[in-house]
Amino acid sequence: MNIAQVLFIALAGVAVWLFAKNIMRIRRNILLGRDEDFSDNKPLRWRNVLLLAFGQKKMFKNPLVAVMHFVIYAGFIIINAEVLEIFLDGILGTHRIFSQPLGFFYIWFINAFEFLAVGVITVCIIFLVRRNVLKLKRFLSKDLNGWPRSDANYILVSEIILMTLFLTMNAADTLPVHYAGDYVPYKFQFAFSSFLFPLLQGLDGSKLVIIELICWWLHITGIFVFLNYLPYSKHLHILLAFPNAYYARLTPQGKMKNMPDIQKEVLYAMQPELAPTGEAATAHHNAFGAKDVFDLSWRNLLDAYSCTECGRCTAACPANITGKALSPRLIIMKTRDRLEEVGKNIDANKEYKDDGKTLLHNYITEEELRACTTCNACVEECPVSISPLDTILQLRRYLIMEESNATPEWNSMFSNTENNFAPWKFSPDERDAWAG
Amino acid sequence: MKVPVIADMIAGGETPEILFWVGCSGSFDQRAQKITRAFAAILDKTGIKYAILGKEEACTGDPARRAGNEFLFQMMAYNNIQVLNNYGIKKIVTACPHCFNTLKNEYPELGGNYDVVHHTVFLQQLIDEGKIKLKEGGSFKGKRITYHDSCYLGRANNIYEAPRKVLEMLDAELVEMKRCRTKGLCCGAGGAQMFKEDEPGNKRINIERADEALGLHPSVIASACPFCNTMLTDGVKNREKENEVQVMDIAELIADSMA
Repeated sequence: MNIAQVLFIALAGVAVWLFAKNIMRIRRNILLGRDEDFSDNKPLRWRNVLLLAFGQKKMFKNPLVAVMHFVIYAGFIIINAEVLEIFLDGILGTHRIFSQPLGFFYIWFINAFEFLAVGVITVCIIFLVRRNVLKLKRFLSKDLNGWPRSDANYILVSEIILMTLFLTMNAADTLPVHYAGDYVPYKFQFAFSSFLFPLLQGLDGSKLVIIELICWWLHITGIFVFLNYLPYSKHLHILLAFPNAYYARLTPQGKMKNMPDIQKEVLYAMQPELAPTGEAATAHHNAFGAKDVFDLSWRNLLDAYSCTECGRCTAACPANITGKALSPRLIIMKTRDRLEEVGKNIDANKEYKDDGKTLLHNYITEEELRACTTCNACVEECPVSISPLDTILQLRRYLIMEESNATPEWNSMFSNTENNFAPWKFSPDERDAWAG
Repeated sequence: MKVPVIADMIAGGETPEILFWVGCSGSFDQRAQKITRAFAAILDKTGIKYAILGKEEACTGDPARRAGNEFLFQMMAYNNIQVLNNYGIKKIVTACPHCFNTLKNEYPELGGNYDVVHHTVFLQQLIDEGKIKLKEGGSFKGKRITYHDSCYLGRANNIYEAPRKVLEMLDAELVEMKRCRTKGLCCGAGGAQMFKEDEPGNKRINIERADEALGLHPSVIASACPFCNTMLTDGVKNREKENEVQVMDIAELIADSMA
């Protein structure tokens, strides 16, 4: 075993260990949420993984963007096969370990990877322009000020760098020159990297070997860095879109989650003979609705980590379109921010220590929550099966039922409903007056 | 037209084929009452044996639940389900997508299991069965009509085609707004917004939507929800177009065109 192999194994080990640690941290954070059952209808759930996550069905509402996004996605997944070779070469100290067994097919494979790499670079440049030069409202939005906007650009730039390194590595490895020593370059040329030959022309074999080595190391190191950047980035959606599609809500979008605790309380009030007595009567119940991330379900918290901040939800939101404070994207981003804060709190104190803050009020305001028309446009738009509405409605429940915090008009609507059986102040005796 | 009330019907030893759930807007709102009467007239004309709950009907609890008041919703649901189950109701039709959504999706797990249809789907079935016959050269022939998708019918329950198929019967010129079907823009009433002022912003949602519809220069904006109807009517009035553009429910369009 040579020193390069030892170095590579150490690097890979650290990268994978760090990544696993971060994923476990995220998993722990998600599981801070309340329980919610999603164990039903497995066949439909797998179908959703296939259609919504692999097939990116919702992206195709805008076919051009969908195709471009698909190029990056396919490039990313398929080029991973090449990363496998790089990984094995690194561990075994070999050079292009698949070239021998695959023979002539190897050239086809690498050509296909190079084609994708060029595609990824092209699309990443277009996406950078879309984000930073074209005035697309959902990217210009103040929702993304600060870190989220930089995050998106870092990802695009690093993908361009990684792909460029891959192509340069191939070019340096295949330029036909005389090599000194025992280094055996790859004897064929590839379809796209050969266009880079003019840039390398005039360099002798030893320099090319160094360039190839540098590119190889930077490329694989870049991939390891990228892997460990994911848990801190919106780009985590490339992983969590899959579980989020599996756990997609399967009930009609109009149905609100039931609250069995309250259903029972009302039943016992109406039929006291059914009410439990003794210990069962004083059983602990959770707060009604959600004040903080702990009160949401793990499903809502998975939503928060799956969001890639694309803003399709906000662009479709009638409240946001008409200038209200509500942005469904921000509801999800703030949930993630608060959850990350709670996670750090737990890391520092072994368990959560009250920091005097909550998702409701400190992160999400009443004004935002009250602007929602529950129209489901945000839910319908989301390509990765997030429901901002589910979170909004749970926060609303807390406002009303635990804080009695409603607008005066809503309080009248409540009392009319309770006393006159209609949200307006009409006499119930007039209900069938229209027929008369 | 005599509107049968279920208590009388059952006392007379008869049961209805279908219960017409009127809803609060259809019962009390003057504009929406016209929609209710139009739909009742269609039921009457087609000889369907229906009944209403009359004074025994109460709010489903939809606005209370969406505002966040689950206690009130559960109370309303409990009482309504008691009434419906006591009468042994099997099938319900309603002209309100909010009532439709609550009865269909939210009452079953509370013990209220009924076959619930929205009136646009019901009308489409009646047309398919040949029970509704329209006048030759009806009042809307050749007129420009645009249909506004109700959120609680469309995205909430995936009903996009039935209202459009019913409208096709009118021989009118149907035009679509850019934001239609799954991309339909809300009228601004849902989620209990109907009962409060808009939050601070730069435009009312109903005006945004009315502007979009008016941009197509229609004679009629067709709705399938009494709340959408109110919101769009207000929007059209705000732009002072109420003399050129009518906001009408699909039931009214059909009732006006029946032979």
